[in-house]
Amino acid sequence: MEATASVDNAAQAEENKLKTMKEEVIAQPSVDDIQGTVGTPFVENAKMSMRNVNVYYAEKQAIFNVGLDIGKNEVVAMIGPSGCGKSTFLRCMNRMNDTIDICKVEGSLTLEGQDIYDPKLDVVPLRARVGMVFQKPNPFPKSIYDNVAYGPRIHGLTNRKAELDEIVETSLRKASLWDEVKDRLHAPGTGLSGGQQQRLCIARTIAVSPEVILMDEPCSALDPIATAKIEELIAELSENFTIAIVTHSMQQAARVSNRTAYFHLGKLIEVNDTEKVFTNPEHELTEAYITGRFG
Amino acid sequence: MDTSTLFAFLALLMAGAFMLGRGRSLAQASNAGGVRALNSLPSYYGMLTLLWCGIPSLAVLGAWIIFDDLIIHQLLIQSLPQEIRNLDPTELSLRINTIENMAASGMGANAEPYIQNAIVTLERLQKTSGYALTGVALLVAVMTGLWGWTRIQPQLKARNQVENAFKIILLSCSCLAILTTVGIVLSVLFESIRFFSMIPITDFVFGSEWSPQMAIRADQVGGSGAFGAIPLFVGTMLISLIAMIVAVPAGLMAAIYLSEYASTRVRSLVKPALEILAGIPTVVYGFFAALTVAPMIRDTGGIIGLSVSSESALAAGLVMGIMIIPFVSSLSDDVINAVPQSLRDGSLGLGSTQSETIRQVVIPAALPGIVGGILLAVSRAIGETMIVVMAASLAANLTANPLEPVTTVTVQIVTLLVGDQEFDSPKTLAAFALGLMLFIVTLGLNFLALHVVKKYREQYD
Ligand SMILES: Nc1ncnc2c1ncn2[C@@H]1O[C@H](COP(=O)(O)OP(=O)(O)OP(=O)(O)O)[C@@H](O)[C@H]1O
Ligand SMILES: [Mg+2]
Repeated sequence: MEATASVDNAAQAEENKLKTMKEEVIAQPSVDDIQGTVGTPFVENAKMSMRNVNVYYAEKQAIFNVGLDIGKNEVVAMIGPSGCGKSTFLRCMNRMNDTIDICKVEGSLTLEGQDIYDPKLDVVPLRARVGMVFQKPNPFPKSIYDNVAYGPRIHGLTNRKAELDEIVETSLRKASLWDEVKDRLHAPGTGLSGGQQQRLCIARTIAVSPEVILMDEPCSALDPIATAKIEELIAELSENFTIAIVTHSMQQAARVSNRTAYFHLGKLIEVNDTEKVFTNPEHELTEAYITGRFG
Repeated sequence: MDTSTLFAFLALLMAGAFMLGRGRSLAQASNAGGVRALNSLPSYYGMLTLLWCGIPSLAVLGAWIIFDDLIIHQLLIQSLPQEIRNLDPTELSLRINTIENMAASGMGANAEPYIQNAIVTLERLQKTSGYALTGVALLVAVMTGLWGWTRIQPQLKARNQVENAFKIILLSCSCLAILTTVGIVLSVLFESIRFFSMIPITDFVFGSEWSPQMAIRADQVGGSGAFGAIPLFVGTMLISLIAMIVAVPAGLMAAIYLSEYASTRVRSLVKPALEILAGIPTVVYGFFAALTVAPMIRDTGGIIGLSVSSESALAAGLVMGIMIIPFVSSLSDDVINAVPQSLRDGSLGLGSTQSETIRQVVIPAALPGIVGGILLAVSRAIGETMIVVMAASLAANLTANPLEPVTTVTVQIVTLLVGDQEFDSPKTLAAFALGLMLFIVTLGLNFLALHVVKKYREQYD
């Protein structure tokens, strides 16, 4: 009898200790309590604006009531723990989620004031205006040249060989891949290294000259040198394009973006100027994440 | 003891050998200071003893089963009276057959005395052989098992030996398949050589007239026997071509629809339906072709003023094509599904439509598999027998007109071998030569399929 009691006591003590430890380390409200987003999710000259977005995979909700603007010529970084819905949200913005049968999107998403989920809207020109670079490089089983020329050909941007050559060259140059592949433009794109393939995919996307570029962890397969080149490219592109980038690298977010959005378990917790997010976050969850206390 | 009881006993012995071998290794281990002193785990020693016990005995068993009929046969002949033994070989083997059949059916009571004697001898011989087999097999198992058991020492590399033994067992299984193929090829080859010694090979390969009827008796008026295989191969190609013209587009597009457009619900209904198509016996397709499709084509032809034979190549080809659709579609469906979703996403993300994505990205990526599948389907069409036997003609016309009757290689092989035939007339042997040619053609196609697949692989990887 007595023995059991002492065991119970020990368990109780252990539990209490764990509780206090938790309170010390992650002293923040549970996600269920979070209502709304802190910071500045909305801007004046929005290129794309999303309001009250909810996304469901079958019964399971992946995005909860998210509102966010992406300003003209702005770079917005999206960060957050794995599985928090960054890719899902990004894919809503050019309706790539349409390819997933069970995925359902609610809310209002507009590109320059035009509802992109309007049933009458044709997704083909939308995706030409809002391009996407995927997390894993996915070059087509075609030559390097044909990979880059794929989009311009499909959209009939040009039917003159010389012009197409020029588009291919400038796109490859912008993606800083030109020097490496200029002698083997007709070799298969799948024969490149992983990092080169990713830059090829970036070149392929910018060859269509979209207005908005969505990037889902574009550097996760790249070495530091190629990463630096891509970041340079992002800075350069932001002069003409609007960019939303998902990244797991806090340093990268800090280097390339104007504003940073922090997602947690499908909710948008905080949006602020990048500098503020990384030096003086408003929300405890954001602070816990960027200081590496969880995630 | 019959063979199955013998097998059961052997299995028991082998299990015992395993336990004994394992036990001995454990005993030795405890002397030498624990299981770690052994080269391998105790169960490997048990396994090795088991193999020593089982394999030699099974080998003896196999050899015995193969040779014991031959030996009993010889002994039976020895036991027959002199005057029977002096009969000519064919007659003798006939008598032996009678004796064996009577022994098997137990109906020898009213037969001639020498047959009754022979039946008794035969039964005695078979009984002795059975006993001897049991004895020898069990003896061998025990002896070799014991020998293997005495070899067990801590230093014995049981694990490596067991691994090697398994490698050899697996190897011999794959050799079995290869040997069978080689056996088939050789038997066809030898018969064909006999055929080519009667009919020049050039006449066969390049001849354009096929009429294998030959006069059986010298004074008979009959066919002269022309063995030019070209009309048969042209007929085969024509029917296969029609079949592929039906099957490839239909099968491929069905596969594309199923894997790219169909919702899960539609897919779960259509796929099984296609598989039912694959499960219909070819003979059913055959009479569908002969009784439904052929008359329909003939009547339609009549309406638009074409004269269509009721055994047209078109009917057989169409139905064969329908038969092959599920084959093409399920092979293509597999390769199209194997194209990673990320490629489709990449293309759709650039703003291409679904059909552009399919045409420019999915199909090129899946092409090696699709081409391979189509070539396999061609081999299948060329070798298909039942539909053409029922729906194609027997007349060896050399024509490229699908409305006329043609015959195929397989049809001719069947007609040459059906019925009572002497096995040394050119007419019968021609079947083997045709079989050989058919085999060479399909082998070539499969080789080509592999080559194409490899070439595209290199281009895309
Ligand atoms: N196709 C899908 N079907 C069902 N659930 C999905 C699907 N894709 C994502 N999810 C779920 O939606 C949630 C968000 O996933 P998402 O891929 O958006 O996360 P993420 O933030 O991009 O994570 P990561 O940083 O690991 O890429 C996860 O819980 C995931 O399990
Ligand atoms: Mg993701």
